[in-house]
Amino acid sequence: MSRRDTAALLALAVGERDHIQGPADAPVTLVEYGDYECPHCGRAYPIIKELRKRMGRRLRFVYRNFPLRESHPHAQHAAEAAEAAGAQGKFWEMHDRLFERQFALDDEYLVEYAGDLGLDIARFREELATGVYEPRVREDFRSGVLSGVNGTPTFFVNGVRHDDAWELEPLAAALERAVATPESPPGTAPDPA
Amino acid sequence: MSANIRSPEGPLGAGVPAPDFRLHRSPDQAVSLRDFRGRPVILAFYPADWSPVCGDQMALYNEVLPEFQRYGAELLGVSVDGVWCHAAFARDRKLHFPLLADFEPKGAVARRYGVYREGDGFTERALFVIDGDGVIRWSNVSPLGVNPGADGILRALEALARDRMPA
Repeated sequence: MSRRDTAALLALAVGERDHIQGPADAPVTLVEYGDYECPHCGRAYPIIKELRKRMGRRLRFVYRNFPLRESHPHAQHAAEAAEAAGAQGKFWEMHDRLFERQFALDDEYLVEYAGDLGLDIARFREELATGVYEPRVREDFRSGVLSGVNGTPTFFVNGVRHDDAWELEPLAAALERAVATPESPPGTAPDPA
Repeated sequence: MSANIRSPEGPLGAGVPAPDFRLHRSPDQAVSLRDFRGRPVILAFYPADWSPVCGDQMALYNEVLPEFQRYGAELLGVSVDGVWCHAAFARDRKLHFPLLADFEPKGAVARRYGVYREGDGFTERALFVIDGDGVIRWSNVSPLGVNPGADGILRALEALARDRMPA
């Protein structure tokens, strides 16, 4: 007994504000609410990579922040670091780096990664110190709560919460099912903005 | 799990005045619902400390607490566990909100809210959002093994805040 009677729906449609990999007109959109310090999200990370490889241009992937600050003391800053890197055009590079180096997420490491990625370190450090992306991360978190995210990682396939296992094969099967079911539920239309 | 013997009247719903109560939150401290007049209260009844889903639910609320606080809302967890059990559970999970012991007479408050499970001896997994005047504005009972999440609570608090805005 782990699922609801009715599936939870994505409360905030995918749009301009999101970090997106894959084509806008892909038949399937996979949204992940994740936490860079969460070991389960770390385990999901290569699974998503593999799914993107398998599905190619049929898949659009969106990552949103859901830092569990009480359990993971580095999660909030790591999320803000990815946003700060995103402001310099390197969101996905930082996202990948953080999941690959989950065991080293202290601020000094975050700055080191920014350096490795060739970012403007002074700006990165300043933005992290002053919490420039704190409101944005909170907005992600809040949209997750409103969508029925109860833990991490939580996935939405075309706007519907994926309550089955998120191991490679069950998730791949869910995505293929979504490809075969062209009717999109509400809440998945790209933001016209 | 025994047969699903619910309270005959069912859970109290929106529009009903929330029954007042006085329960211990620690061995030497008790709180009353009326202590919180003037701001919203979230009452989260859950079956038991330590059981896995409750843990997830309470851990989630601990994370979402800053969002609740933006509405000035107070979150109170309630179960039939005693104060020492609550203290150990709260310490273990680093919870930042009070857990109230509906312990003696057992489940008396849960009964008044219509969410005591007679056959089981513990409460439903039930949520109540109560406004600043002490009136229930939203309630929800979930299947025991299901984490109800926090979306319903946030939406209820949002509706409350909207209603309080001058036209």
